[in-house]
Amino acid sequence: MNKLLLGRYVPGDSWVHHLDPRTKLLASFYYIGIIFLANNWQTYLLMFIVTLFIIYLSKINISFFLRGVRPLIWLILFTVTLQILFSRGGTVYFHWGWFWLTEYGLINGAYIFMRFVLIIFMSTLLTLTTQPLSLADAVESLLKPLKLLHFPVVELALVLQIALRFVPTLMDQTTKIMNAQRARGVDFGTGNIFQQMKAVVPLLIPLFVSSFTTAEDLATAMESRGYQGGDNRTKFRVLKYHNSDIIAGVFMVALTVALVLLKN
Amino acid sequence: MDNAISVSHLNYHYADSDRLALNDINFDVAAGEWVAIIGHNGSGKSTLAKNLNGLLAPDSGTVEVAGMTLSEDTVWDIRSKIGIVFQNPDNQFVGATVADDIAFGLENRGVPRPEMVERVKDALARVKMTDFADREPARLSGGQKQRVAIAGIIAQQPEIIILDESTSMLDPAGRQEVLATINQLRDELGLTVLSITHDIEEAAGAHRIILLNDGQIKEVGTPEEIFAHGSELLELGLDVPYAAKLKEALSERGVKLPDGYLNEERLVDYLWTLHSTM
Repeated sequence: MNKLLLGRYVPGDSWVHHLDPRTKLLASFYYIGIIFLANNWQTYLLMFIVTLFIIYLSKINISFFLRGVRPLIWLILFTVTLQILFSRGGTVYFHWGWFWLTEYGLINGAYIFMRFVLIIFMSTLLTLTTQPLSLADAVESLLKPLKLLHFPVVELALVLQIALRFVPTLMDQTTKIMNAQRARGVDFGTGNIFQQMKAVVPLLIPLFVSSFTTAEDLATAMESRGYQGGDNRTKFRVLKYHNSDIIAGVFMVALTVALVLLKN
Repeated sequence: MDNAISVSHLNYHYADSDRLALNDINFDVAAGEWVAIIGHNGSGKSTLAKNLNGLLAPDSGTVEVAGMTLSEDTVWDIRSKIGIVFQNPDNQFVGATVADDIAFGLENRGVPRPEMVERVKDALARVKMTDFADREPARLSGGQKQRVAIAGIIAQQPEIIILDESTSMLDPAGRQEVLATINQLRDELGLTVLSITHDIEEAAGAHRIILLNDGQIKEVGTPEEIFAHGSELLELGLDVPYAAKLKEALSERGVKLPDGYLNEERLVDYLWTLHSTM
């Protein structure tokens, strides 16, 4: 269970850690967007240098990022292989039936590999340097304009915040119920797929029921502490942009300009 | 002193049951008083607490809190005067971190942020949790979570604190610490405390005890008066304090002791005199 992506936050005290979560969220999405501008070796080199520089700034060990790539490695290799085998053009090195090993195929395969790695590095950086809680704040703040369209932003933010807060609690509970059922003879994770699915029922139903209890208790506690809905509330947590956020923004613009100039 | 809480002819029954959960409840609590409500499981203690701040609406009868009669118009004002600390610390933790949770009640009431920061800091210091402000609930012990719950109530500066079996999940040391904190707050801020409890030693420290049995008030009295019943309490599904058990065991062995309930201190005093006269 501890492989979960959420909450893999690595506490730190770096320039990247101190950026406003809104900046980080927007910049990550923007960065992933402009990766698609890169289409030759100069642009990919630039992106790699920039990414490694940002990782260096975050003061987080590179091994964390490599670990982020690991679960996706088969998907990456599969895509790259397909790309290599089925693209045609340029010098042909090898040809057998449907399969062509060509210059363009190899180049495209390499590009796609790099693209994957860059995207994973950047999204890993976002989750490693930002607390899930600040991310929730960032989402709320960024969605605020939707209020004009009567979208319940404040309620969504509350739901998100409570969901995040209860993730570890529910995980603890899951482990507890699993152990309790094991002690009564339930066998998790053995047998064929139907037996395995059946074994999950004594885990799911108690978890479901206990969620109702928790929800009711929580609602009671919230109401007795004066919660009357989203309006007219003040906020304890506030997000503030700093100089470093401006620097990050300027940096992103500069990077885009450089990419546009360098690309084919 | 005015009455902090005054309840008259309160009746309540749950929709799925024809038995009255609360049957003609009458009592007053003076401002600044510490009152314990005891009774066996299902005697209506928690239902009573929820009737006091309008989480449940009484079938009939009136509830008056801090000079206001509970009704649909006053329910939010009354909730701002009463803080309830519930039993399960996990399920009442709303905020993502300790500081957020303490601020939750203040956010609800639209307290401006600078004041909120001050009050959160003060509440944290009072329950000695200042170093834990940024911790998530998953990384706190049960006792620490319970202290955060109390801090959340303190920050709202209520006039009345209701402890709904809030110490039931704590170890003896944690329980004592929490009670000491509340007691200190009561002295400093003149709070009224209503503690619903199974812990008989906690009840023994209260000014008065309300004894509930099957939804009815069986008796209201000082701990001395209530615990003087001795083993009758056991028949009601309750325990008696350690000093009372000791007294009983001693009188079974022929040691003559005065009638009525003696708290630990008085029992020690008496035994000491008993020895010196021999």
